[in-house]
Amino acid sequence: MSAAILTQGLRKVYPAPSSRGRRDGFQAGRGPGGASGPPFRPPPAPSASGDRDSTGIVALAGLDLEIRDGEFFGLLGPNGAGKTTTIGILTTRVRATVGRGLVAGADVGTDSVAVRQRIGVVPQRPNPDRGLSVLDNLVFHAAYFGIPRSRAVAQAHALLEQFEIGQRAESKVDELSGGQQQRLMIARALIHEPRVIFLDEPTVGLDPQARRSLWDILRDLHAQGRTIVMTTHYMEEADRLCERVAIVDEGRLLAIDTPAALRARAPGGTLVELTLDGDAAPSAALVQTLAHVTGVSARDGVLRVYSDRGGQIIPALIDTVQSSGRTVNNINLAAPSLETLFLSLTGKRLD
Amino acid sequence: MAGTVRASTVFIALLRRDVRVAQRELPYFLLRTVMQPIMFIVVFGYLLPKMGFVQGSYSAALVPGILALSLALAAVQSVTLPMVQDFGWSREIEDRLLAPIPIPLIAAEKIVMGVLQGVIAAVVVLPVARAIMGPIPGLTLAHAGALVLVTVVGASTFSALGLLIGSVIRPEQIGLMFSIIIAPMIFFGCAYYPWRGLDVVPAVQYAVLINPLVYVAEGMRGALTPALPHMSLAVVTGAQLVIMTVFCTLGLRSFMRRAVG
Repeated sequence: MSAAILTQGLRKVYPAPSSRGRRDGFQAGRGPGGASGPPFRPPPAPSASGDRDSTGIVALAGLDLEIRDGEFFGLLGPNGAGKTTTIGILTTRVRATVGRGLVAGADVGTDSVAVRQRIGVVPQRPNPDRGLSVLDNLVFHAAYFGIPRSRAVAQAHALLEQFEIGQRAESKVDELSGGQQQRLMIARALIHEPRVIFLDEPTVGLDPQARRSLWDILRDLHAQGRTIVMTTHYMEEADRLCERVAIVDEGRLLAIDTPAALRARAPGGTLVELTLDGDAAPSAALVQTLAHVTGVSARDGVLRVYSDRGGQIIPALIDTVQSSGRTVNNINLAAPSLETLFLSLTGKRLD
Repeated sequence: MAGTVRASTVFIALLRRDVRVAQRELPYFLLRTVMQPIMFIVVFGYLLPKMGFVQGSYSAALVPGILALSLALAAVQSVTLPMVQDFGWSREIEDRLLAPIPIPLIAAEKIVMGVLQGVIAAVVVLPVARAIMGPIPGLTLAHAGALVLVTVVGASTFSALGLLIGSVIRPEQIGLMFSIIIAPMIFFGCAYYPWRGLDVVPAVQYAVLINPLVYVAEGMRGALTPALPHMSLAVVTGAQLVIMTVFCTLGLRSFMRRAVG
């Protein structure tokens, strides 16, 4: 099967906030979340955007990816992992500092117009054209892709019906709910029949019902043979929808495989996570010696123990922690999953 | 899948989108465009001459200036205001930035749209001024070619300025834009007095030459009231082409920086 997307050594370094301030002049003090800057800029805080190097903040530290034609592919990682920057580069909206990206056979750096011709993009936050009606949002978007008006109107109506917002065709977009606006964004991304569809955190802010309805739409699109690339920080979403998942953190690819294979790579046993009243390292040394413990890690006040006995090991853990002079304030249990794999790879939770 | 689309097709579609939005906002556009000139014309072109505070001939110097000001403000605002919103919190411009066309052409389309609105403003304000002030001594439409040239070049210059301002400022700075850019430009733009009149204060006379409005106003005087002192059409056009090139270059650079991360 041919590759829909190929990246080689993609690297993106954003100027450090101080130098960016000088460069952007008036834009230096952006609003909350840097919302008035380019859409795919990572949050300005360096801690959330990967490492710093001498020239700035490294959002992407050399990413190699190959996504097959017709694949449903997930990019999984916490905020600031580099997911949005990756999508930004692949959709031509962010320039890579170094590296190469091919989308549907066109180079994102040197042939961005051809890339845009072949992709559809659903943004993290709905950004419909508020100067136009719901229907015109689709019809004009189709016109940007050279689709004649009569055909565009018919296709727009069909998409609006399919996504159950057909009765709102003549409404202003502001009159749509958040879920309806997100569905409009998907319809907009589809109207020019792109080969590859990018969705950036498409279900953030949606209620559970809207989220499930969006999942159904995405499954249908995939069944039609479209290549779908989706970023998410919801494990469940990646697990249920994606054929393959790449786990990224701090701009690096940590693992890439099918959800089932990734789950199988998760450390054996149930994860018991204990929050202590102080540094967990001394307790970790003692817990290591207990029977049925397959792995232990300590990070600040959190002790993570993998056990093949599930919750049964909890009393022994509490006793051991107390004997090391600490008290357990909270306990969490998690079965082997992408979440536990992610924790073991990065030492942190997704949300 | 749609085949490869010609850039001109996409450009026209972008223009049609802006025309559609502008059509819907036409009443507000006209109101915004004619209110200030009407007030000014009523006070300075009608009331003050009637009271005897200014000579009737002042209206001849005033009309071309008012026309220049109206087209300049219409062109700059019609680019800046939507662009600030487009690049603001909502990022509405995103769907256009994903259109299969080189990004600089999206900026160029905005300039064309600004020129159209500047020209419309001039076409609307001239008859309104004439209607309020009555016969204006020395006013002639004999130099229609020069009038069209000054109008189009002037609207282009201010449309390019709109691109620069619109891609640099943030929504909360729009008020500031009027105070620190537009207001000085209006008052030192020779809209309300001919440039030659500044002979009396040479320092100011030369300082205002950086103000592009001076050239539009003087060009309008040359075209509409050629009997009054005015700069030559060659100077007016040449200076504007230089200023326009600077605005376009800076505006495009700034637009690209906002558009592509």
